[in-house]
Amino acid sequence: MDYKSAGLSDPEYRRIIEILEREPNPLETQLIGVMWSEHCSYKSTKRLLRTFPSKGKYVLQGQGENAGVVDMGEGWGFAFKVESHNHPSAVAPFQGAATGVGGIIRDIIAMGARPSVSMDGLFFGDPDLKKTQNLSKGIVEGIGAYGNAVGVPIVGGKTFYSPCYTDNPLVNAFSAGFVRLDKMASSQTAKKGDLAVLLGSKTGRDGIAGASFASRELDEDSKSSRPQIQIGDPFEEKLLIECCMDLLAQNLIASMQDMGAAGILSSSSEIAHKSGCGIDITVEKIPLREKGMAPWEIFLSESQERMLLIVEQDKLDPVFAMAAHYGLDCAVVGTMTDSERYRVYEHGELIADLPTSILGDATEVVWPSAEPKDIRERITMNPSSLISAEPERDLLSMISCPNGRSKHEIWEQYDSMVQLHTIDGPGSPVAAVEVPDTARVCVLTMEAEPNKCRTDPYIGASETMALSLRELWITGAEVLGMTNCLNFASPEAPEKFYELEQCVKGLADTCRSLDCPVVSGNVSLYNETSGGQIYPTPLVVTAGLIEDRNKRLASGKAATGDTFYLAGDLCGSLGASRYQVMKNGTPAGKTVAPDHSKEKDFRERALKTAAAGAASSGRAVAGGGLAVALANEAIASEKGISIEINSSVPPEEILFSEGGARAVYAVPEGKEQVFESIWEGFPCTKIGAVSGEDFEWKEMFSIELSKLKKAFLEGCF
Amino acid sequence: MKTAVVVFPGSNCDRDVQRAVCESLKTSVDMVWHEEERFSIQPDLVVLPGGFSYGDYLRSGAMAARSPIIKAVIEHAERGGLVLGICNGFQVLTETKMLPGALLPNTSLTFICRRCHVRVEQTDNKFTYGFKKGEILQFPIAHHEGLFFLPEDELKKLEDSGRVVFRYADPCTGKAGAEYAPNGALNGIAGICSEKGNILGLMPHPERATISHLNGGTDGIRFWDSIAKAFAERGAF
Repeated sequence: MDYKSAGLSDPEYRRIIEILEREPNPLETQLIGVMWSEHCSYKSTKRLLRTFPSKGKYVLQGQGENAGVVDMGEGWGFAFKVESHNHPSAVAPFQGAATGVGGIIRDIIAMGARPSVSMDGLFFGDPDLKKTQNLSKGIVEGIGAYGNAVGVPIVGGKTFYSPCYTDNPLVNAFSAGFVRLDKMASSQTAKKGDLAVLLGSKTGRDGIAGASFASRELDEDSKSSRPQIQIGDPFEEKLLIECCMDLLAQNLIASMQDMGAAGILSSSSEIAHKSGCGIDITVEKIPLREKGMAPWEIFLSESQERMLLIVEQDKLDPVFAMAAHYGLDCAVVGTMTDSERYRVYEHGELIADLPTSILGDATEVVWPSAEPKDIRERITMNPSSLISAEPERDLLSMISCPNGRSKHEIWEQYDSMVQLHTIDGPGSPVAAVEVPDTARVCVLTMEAEPNKCRTDPYIGASETMALSLRELWITGAEVLGMTNCLNFASPEAPEKFYELEQCVKGLADTCRSLDCPVVSGNVSLYNETSGGQIYPTPLVVTAGLIEDRNKRLASGKAATGDTFYLAGDLCGSLGASRYQVMKNGTPAGKTVAPDHSKEKDFRERALKTAAAGAASSGRAVAGGGLAVALANEAIASEKGISIEINSSVPPEEILFSEGGARAVYAVPEGKEQVFESIWEGFPCTKIGAVSGEDFEWKEMFSIELSKLKKAFLEGCF
Repeated sequence: MKTAVVVFPGSNCDRDVQRAVCESLKTSVDMVWHEEERFSIQPDLVVLPGGFSYGDYLRSGAMAARSPIIKAVIEHAERGGLVLGICNGFQVLTETKMLPGALLPNTSLTFICRRCHVRVEQTDNKFTYGFKKGEILQFPIAHHEGLFFLPEDELKKLEDSGRVVFRYADPCTGKAGAEYAPNGALNGIAGICSEKGNILGLMPHPERATISHLNGGTDGIRFWDSIAKAFAERGAF
């Protein structure tokens, strides 16, 4: 095996020889090559990811496991993680997206949790192109087909359109599950003498070396990469979930790991390495779907719906009985040793013998970073091009444009209610689900601000994070932690690496300062084609907790008689806002850099507002600015709103500027005083009231609610 | 009222129904694996839950209709016992021929999950006895194959015998019919019952409208109460 075709560089290969004190044989070269791929090793980003704050009082399991786990109280942990499935979805939209859903669900199972909710971050290209329509149709159907059948509700997500994703759409799959603290599983608890058991599908030729596929740019040849795409079987996955839950309930599993990228190889080597063990695997014991597979194919196959269980010898019989009950294949394929070596045997012959550390710890790569030459250009905006001559028309355009309109055509294809715990599902800025058997509510936001990250990666990422936190605070939630998916271009070009580095810094600084630990994450690099690169797209999913569901402040609940307040500054910035991009075509200008002390101040007051029941509805000012936040509030509440703001600031600034700690609140009669005293000392303005059948903005516009609703739901006016 | 929920491989609303019935009727619910050949405790009500039995890779419900437990379900129904099929459970009932018709792919050819409204069309059965004819209920739907179909003559027979129990409806006008069906169901049919009124199949999910602090509404509570009322006043057999 030529090491270069295994994806190894000259220095990497020299390093391997140094560690092994010999040349690796072809199989070993292949195994190391895959484990050292960007996708498996995070070799370009490990250094950056270490800067994320990982500690917090709710963190039960931080980075380094299959998923992070936070404490939801009353004996419940919440395991959650988001992962990209970009490259497979670009080549085979339906199967690529479907298996993305399946893969992240198995990460949650591996923590011992019952997969309870899913969300998806979708980034599509120009929506007018047939290509985008085909891709998005396939991707959405794939997510639905898998998620619906496997019975995990899709409770929210993010869909974002920009021409930068036309050739390279992004699919970020999030899943999460509740787990009793005494049933949490781990991939670090295998010990000598335990048996390695494969549960689930047989191994086939599908998805061979998908990890290396994901570690390079998409090109014309990507179509010929089709055999690398895995095929999903949600029925098998559903059985796998139920079987694993039953095995865990009976304490029959010592350790477990899902099989994702680099299949058997990565799962077995990781479990051995993290547990401080070694492992001996016998190739011919692995159940195969087809004949004549070479050992390297077997080890790298990414056949779906498989789990690696580590089982104590005396528990083997009940494990096999349970597998038989669910009709799942089950086979002992290896034994844990104390050798700290990864050994593969074929018909009694030792065909690979590597230290587990060489597979687990790839050599890190340090890429140079350089500020993009056009960064000045990116942050320069032409204010005269942004004047809003027709505010009514601009507002209607904003709420009917692909990024502003309702995404119900997508999320109605997803089962958002199965498992009977969805309190607030898709369409709401914050998803809310019941913590099992308690009055507690788990709240989740998924955010990404690619336009803002494009013009200023540091500020853009900071605002992404801050916005997701504000949304949780407004509901009255304590923030428990976040997971992220970093979607970027090639790290090898200094100007592109700079974007990655600055975004990570923005996320890390904001999380550290605003007390949000990072508990898990995933990186997807090389998101570019000959046509160009994607905008930097860090996506964050943040989890929060409300102890008493009656104290949750929802959005879209404005009632007759309520007064509207704007908490926060009257204006943010038009830089890289939805309005600016709509007017100019491409993002330009900077958004507001989050002011951390102000954010903290906002946090305390928002939490008090919810706890005191001082508002009937609350919503963060986000994409589209104040006018869109109010329009959304009017539509969701099915109430007319009348707004009057006296200011000399140009209309577009007031209506559409974004950024900063800002929220709109509907305050019921009799609660004004409580509300005002909570916000005393913070910018807070009474801006209007629930009234009539129109969304009226004095001296600006008056739009019938039905017209507004049509624009939002149908995307035209 | 002793209740059993049949669990097929791929069922995914089994636990939801269990919770809904437990919480609203304050009764225990047996979960019965499809491979059983009989019920260990004879139930009064058997529920075939929603989901994707056997992955629905063949026709929806076709494989489940051949599960070992089905024989016991049929016997239970023949004795006059209550059988409720929800969504995939309804598809199983048509595949076993316990109810007529077939559930075809939605006209949109997409999966649809949303709240929807149905009108109670008749109350002379073991399930909607506690409602008034013409009442509008809100139950969520979540399916890909929900287009109720029967050949014209059989459809007429079904209608004439008054076996249409629920029809998709407009909550504002109270009108019901095909134009309100989200899935293209003939005559807007959302649920039908057997001749004796002891077997009900419906596409919407009443269990999803049972827990008041969740987002599916509360009309399901009345549905379970109605079954309990019918059972108490008329008996299961």
